[in-house]
Amino acid sequence: MAKRTKAVGIEIPSKGEPPSSLPKALTGISGLDEISGGGLPRGRATIVCGGPGCGKTMLGMEFLMRGAQEFNEPGVLIAFEETPQEMERNVASLGFDLKSLVDRKKLFLDYVYVEPSEIQETGDYDLEGLFIRLQHAVDTVGAKRIFLDTLEALFSGFSNEGVLRAELRRLFRWLKERNLTTVITAEKGEKTLTRHGLEEYVSDCVILLDHRVREQISTRRLRIVKYRGTSHGADEYPFLIDDRGISVLPVTSLEMQHQVTNERVPTGIADLDEMLGGKGFYKGSSVLISGTAGSGKTTMAATFVDAACRRGENCLFIGFEESVSQVSRNMRSVGLDLNQWVEKGLLVHEAWRPSQYGIEMHLLRIHKIVEAVKPQHVIIDPITNLITGSAPKEVYSMLIRLMDYLKGRQITSIFTNLTVKSEELEQTDIGISSLTDTWILCRDMELNGERNRCVYILKSRGMAHSNQVREFVMSHEGIRLVPPYIGSGRVLTGSSRAAQEAKERADALVRSQEIDQMQEALERKRNTLEAQIKVMKMDFAAEELELERIIRQQQSREKQLQVERDAMNRIRMGESDQTTDSAIAKSAGDGM
Amino acid sequence: MRNKTKASGKSSVNHEPVLQLRLYVAGQTPRSLAALSNLKRICAEHVDGKYQLEVIDLIKNPQLAQGDQILAIPTLVRNLPVPIRKIIGDLSNIDRVLVGLDLRGTDRASEQKSAPPARAIGAKL
Repeated sequence: MAKRTKAVGIEIPSKGEPPSSLPKALTGISGLDEISGGGLPRGRATIVCGGPGCGKTMLGMEFLMRGAQEFNEPGVLIAFEETPQEMERNVASLGFDLKSLVDRKKLFLDYVYVEPSEIQETGDYDLEGLFIRLQHAVDTVGAKRIFLDTLEALFSGFSNEGVLRAELRRLFRWLKERNLTTVITAEKGEKTLTRHGLEEYVSDCVILLDHRVREQISTRRLRIVKYRGTSHGADEYPFLIDDRGISVLPVTSLEMQHQVTNERVPTGIADLDEMLGGKGFYKGSSVLISGTAGSGKTTMAATFVDAACRRGENCLFIGFEESVSQVSRNMRSVGLDLNQWVEKGLLVHEAWRPSQYGIEMHLLRIHKIVEAVKPQHVIIDPITNLITGSAPKEVYSMLIRLMDYLKGRQITSIFTNLTVKSEELEQTDIGISSLTDTWILCRDMELNGERNRCVYILKSRGMAHSNQVREFVMSHEGIRLVPPYIGSGRVLTGSSRAAQEAKERADALVRSQEIDQMQEALERKRNTLEAQIKVMKMDFAAEELELERIIRQQQSREKQLQVERDAMNRIRMGESDQTTDSAIAKSAGDGM
Repeated sequence: MRNKTKASGKSSVNHEPVLQLRLYVAGQTPRSLAALSNLKRICAEHVDGKYQLEVIDLIKNPQLAQGDQILAIPTLVRNLPVPIRKIIGDLSNIDRVLVGLDLRGTDRASEQKSAPPARAIGAKL
């Protein structure tokens, strides 16, 4: 009791823990025991009222049958409207064997037939006959529970309402004295809970059933109007009747006490795992994949399924949009063969129209399949379509319950959600994004006349996830997340990314060519220089030779002049004239 | 319906059980006793003794209540002639008893015993 959690504003004790203040009798009806905090008041009367066909009799019968079958509390059925044969047929549809319970003295049936046209009132009377029959029935099986369906038939049979009301008062006292947990049914009145005001006598517990149709889809609802001396769920709870009897939603407890795990589940796309902290989703978490039409939501989910089945894990794929064969054909185009997993029994693939049932029926059907298949992963594709059948609020509450239910069973759930292309991409119609643990957004980007898929992780609780927008490429080999081109402050996708990359390559090529050219030019320059140096050296050498020759000439000429001067001197001195002449002649000859 | 029962009443004059009655009571309550004495007087005055009466005490045989669909006590059931008729109450309103048993045709003493309060509503509370 201490572990109770506030949920939906009311305190709801968990199943099987009746508060000590008021003893309660479990009904065994899934969901009802939760919202009533442990069942109906033990030893007291509960009135179940509602319009025709809202399931009053079913509720009472299930209370009785489950009591006899599951809680070892024998019961008595006093039927005013239906014969035992009819009752037997009715409950057989819920999987109960009325006859065998009767044979085993777990149940006593008494059909009370009231036909006003056969009855003539001639004076003072009471309903002692009814009491005698009740006593006989209770004694026969040692009954702990009794179901009267429906006492109001008495009002048509007996005209003396004064007697009748006195007897009813006596009846409820009688039932209480015998500590019988009683359920009585009553038709809903115009303004009152019951047409004949039976609630006046039964003040312990009043349950109101309702059956309404909206948009051609019917929904049953149950509300505990009154439950003296105990807290109870006061809301209207949807319920349904199927071959397992009545299920009141929440089928699961409203408490939030899921066990969490650190175990991870790969997404089937290595790149996506990388974005999710390198390991993928948490096991038992809920994942929302939302995106515009054709952004690859289903493919991503199918890839996950394929990978999970490959690891030998069981999956359940529920489609609301495409038929089973359509999905498997489409997935083959991206290289995923889902059929093989179906054949191996690893994948259960179901598809039905969202408008086929009311929202509760969807939930129940999912529950039932999950119970039967016991999958590790559940994919629901897409949740958006559910909204076509029901009001958003109901869808919301249904999804909360579904998520809770799956989380409680440590089942990884993947929901896809179609967003209408608008400004508010980061918003789901049903507003469930806040409930999910991981939210992957697929979107397309339109650029240069093409649409390209992008994916990013909007949130992922409890893990470091990538903030990148990655391009999502689907081919016959499956999904690939291409690293984005991030240049000049933009993320480019598709052909523009390819074009950008080509351009970069071309630019690089041009640059390297330029370098080559410059190097060549340098080389050429060096060669030219060297050639020039050579020419200059040769010129120099030639000049040098010439100059040396001139120098030598000049030197020899100088020498000659010296000789001539010496000769002149000798001539002037007389003696040496001859020598001087000959020296001049000689030097002239040398200089030639 | 009325004609039919009348006809059958006439034709059954020669046969033994003209009227087969069963009175259900629960113990020796004043109401039960009143019903029995009222019934005996009515039969004596209107049926000329050609009837069979069986008194069933449900306190002793509670399982018999189911067969004739008895709720109110006392209940007088006319098993024969068919159709089955049920008359509830202490049979103090003789007119109504005669209507219920379809003996109105042999009307003789309708002025008798209509005075006592047949619908004692307040007394029960």
